[in-house]
Amino acid sequence: MDKLKALIARRKLFDRMFSVIGLLTLTVALLTLATLILDLAADGLPRLNWDFFTSFPSRFASKAGILSAWVGTTLVMLVTAMTAVPLGIAAGLYLEEYAPKNWMTALIEINIANLAAVPSIVYGLMAIGLFVYTFNLGQSILTAGLTLALLILPMVIIATRESVRAIPSNIREAAYALGATKWQTVRDHVLPYSTGGILTGVIIALSRAIGESAPLIAIGALSFIAFLPTPPISAEPPFLSFQWLMDQFTVMPIQMFNWVSRPQEEFHHNAAAAGLVLLGMTLIMNGIAIWIRYRFRKRIKW
Amino acid sequence: MAASLSAHATRSRLRHLRERLVESLLFLAALSSVAITIGIVGVLVVESAGFFKQVSLLDFLTDTQWTPLFDDAHYGILPLMAGTLVTTAIALVVAIPLGTITAIYLSEYAGYRTREIIKPLMELLSAVPTVVYGYFALLFVTPLLQKLLPELPGFNMLSAGIVIGVMIIPYVSSVSEDAIRAVPMHLRESSYAMGATRLQTSLRVVIPAALSGIAAAYILGISRAIGETMVVAIAAGMQPNLTWNPMEPAATITAYIVQVSLGDLPHGTIGYQTIFAAGLTLLLMTLVFNIAGFILRKRFRQVY
Amino acid sequence: MTPEINSTARPAGKVHLSNVPAASSAPPVKALVRDLNFYYGTVHALKNINLEIAEKRVTALIGPSGCGKTTYLRCFNRMHDLYPGNRYEGEIVLHPDNMNIIGPKIDPIEVRMRISMVFQKPNPFPKTIYENVAYGLRVRGVRRKGVIDEKVEQALQGAALWEEVKDRLHQQAYNLSGGQQQRLCIARALATEPEIVLFDEPTSALDPIATARIEELMHELKERVTIIIVTHNMQQAARVSDYTAFMYLGEVVEFSNTNQIFTNPTKKQTEDYITGRYG
Repeated sequence: MDKLKALIARRKLFDRMFSVIGLLTLTVALLTLATLILDLAADGLPRLNWDFFTSFPSRFASKAGILSAWVGTTLVMLVTAMTAVPLGIAAGLYLEEYAPKNWMTALIEINIANLAAVPSIVYGLMAIGLFVYTFNLGQSILTAGLTLALLILPMVIIATRESVRAIPSNIREAAYALGATKWQTVRDHVLPYSTGGILTGVIIALSRAIGESAPLIAIGALSFIAFLPTPPISAEPPFLSFQWLMDQFTVMPIQMFNWVSRPQEEFHHNAAAAGLVLLGMTLIMNGIAIWIRYRFRKRIKW
Repeated sequence: MAASLSAHATRSRLRHLRERLVESLLFLAALSSVAITIGIVGVLVVESAGFFKQVSLLDFLTDTQWTPLFDDAHYGILPLMAGTLVTTAIALVVAIPLGTITAIYLSEYAGYRTREIIKPLMELLSAVPTVVYGYFALLFVTPLLQKLLPELPGFNMLSAGIVIGVMIIPYVSSVSEDAIRAVPMHLRESSYAMGATRLQTSLRVVIPAALSGIAAAYILGISRAIGETMVVAIAAGMQPNLTWNPMEPAATITAYIVQVSLGDLPHGTIGYQTIFAAGLTLLLMTLVFNIAGFILRKRFRQVY
Repeated sequence: MTPEINSTARPAGKVHLSNVPAASSAPPVKALVRDLNFYYGTVHALKNINLEIAEKRVTALIGPSGCGKTTYLRCFNRMHDLYPGNRYEGEIVLHPDNMNIIGPKIDPIEVRMRISMVFQKPNPFPKTIYENVAYGLRVRGVRRKGVIDEKVEQALQGAALWEEVKDRLHQQAYNLSGGQQQRLCIARALATEPEIVLFDEPTSALDPIATARIEELMHELKERVTIIIVTHNMQQAARVSDYTAFMYLGEVVEFSNTNQIFTNPTKKQTEDYITGRYG
């Protein structure tokens, strides 16, 4: 009996040790995150001022700013969102509500699972061949937006499918039993009830897109852009212009990459500051997504 | 009566038409994903074909130098592969133990409150843009490591690998955790009923039951590490270097593509086409791992 | 009390309402089921069903689990069409226009606009009370707010829910109790003025008080609509229905007026089920 007690005591000791190790592991991961943010803040916070946001890049580190970069990011994100969101939601709806169980559907599903795991730079390579040269869209905001849209498309599709799948079948049956057609059921019930989940997924996908630089470098986004794209609204006719879509551009992560690659230390401070802004944007978007998910979960309890 | 019948019939036909139209549009949207794959494969294959007309496959796979821009150009992919494999290996050494332990701890040990706080933080870890991780690797981790290993050069694969490892911990841990949670409670209960501790149950019953899901998580991590671009481009340098020593600088396949894109090589030259050949290699590598991961994940879902 | 078994054999096959001993003269027929067979893929779930559904009466379907009563019910509003691999054979003919609602050329949507359903578990939409009831009307293209308001009130009155919700029509339906939610689903089904309302074990998820209210409601409703109800609770069938069909393994074993089935069943199988020898 004594031997057994000793055995049990030793086992329990191991168990407790693992508990400590587990906690330590979590701490390491989170500590790294905290260190990263603090390091960035220490280097970059002093550099964050109004001038930083409103100046163009320059050879002089103290004068360089992120104006062209954040405008570029905003415009590119606009194109990305307007392409990926409708396309992704439509594809997700088709796969969940309409697709019959045949080989073509299986092919599409395997395809999406695969695309979700293709390295982002490969999308850039595709964009070079397809958008820049074959479709002749050049190294423009339109190309960048489309490339990122295709990159995050699988994420939007998967988020849509999971939200739609959560709707119990008896709600659908109730709608059909009242004489609704498939599209009426989707439009009046499936889509509204899954909006929370879809929105969460879309925002998270867009926050990933904001931080992407590899594919955009591949298509030739420059990082010394000392001008802004053509404004979409102008004072003279025809008042609305789409020229900005074809303009060259730069985005935040590329600007940061460019600065961090320079040997001079002052540019590293700029890079840190740009990184803070980028991180801030990403964190805010993720925070909004989490809040939306929480709110929607409170309203509709399946 | 006749009038309302024909109005009825028209309404019915319009309704059918509308339903058909909506379904077709949604189908086209779903088909677009296939178009993307065709686009990717098409571009890579077509451009690589141009490359392979001038460089033999044998040379590509066995030459130990990658110097496309020299007068005496060599086109061996091995240096780039070495860079990719070394950084990935280091990343896995970090991510697999830490990720697995995290997964076990969160699903078997941690309370509900802890889990609800930690999970969003983990998501945040994976949401940080990779350029920021690159900055961190170059300007924080490398100097730190240099204090321990004074001969460490400014650009090296060790820092890059470690940072990539930390970056993919959330991927490994969340997929592993899903696999572990999917193990039914009654398996655990039968282990506890025999007097086993939590650690014994986790290691001897739960992990083996969740093995295919955990393997899928590892494969996801490998795939992600292979495809990582910015961290290596910033922190490991962009000089192709055939070495297995992590303390040296080297270029991965992805970093090389970035380097060429930053330069001025005109489209259509062989120097430019090298990036497509490199990209094709990358795609094939990740494809193999994705398929393996997919098969494993389907298996673990079927068991329960 | 052992019910007496009538020894004269009844003819198998077609059962006419006029054959069934009833206190009053036979009511008109609302739906005629002729040689109905149904297949889930290769499984032959309903076998040669022939039945008449009386207009403005309550017809109950009883039988042990798996006997096909819900499958049979769901044929009436073509619910099976929603899932692949199902096949109907035979006819269900609606009077007065003689439409065969399971005919391959008939659009299920049209059928569902004439025949409504109340489900086992209350399933209101996560919308307001008003919108739940109004949905069926909107699907039919009714747009004028005044018309919708009026019909919503009528439907809620018909479901004996109006007094309880008239001041909170624009609150979420999920705030109602289980019994109220089910009455809301009944109102939703009534709003479109259907000819037949199908009830699929409507009170199995409700407490006895809510159950009693809904049974009371059915007495009132049958003055306006024809009702077919599936129930696994025999006493409920006895309380609520005018005619009862006993089903077993996909066939209608016996069909008669409720009184006859429960006091004087002709088939031994029926008697065994009613007296609880098997369930």
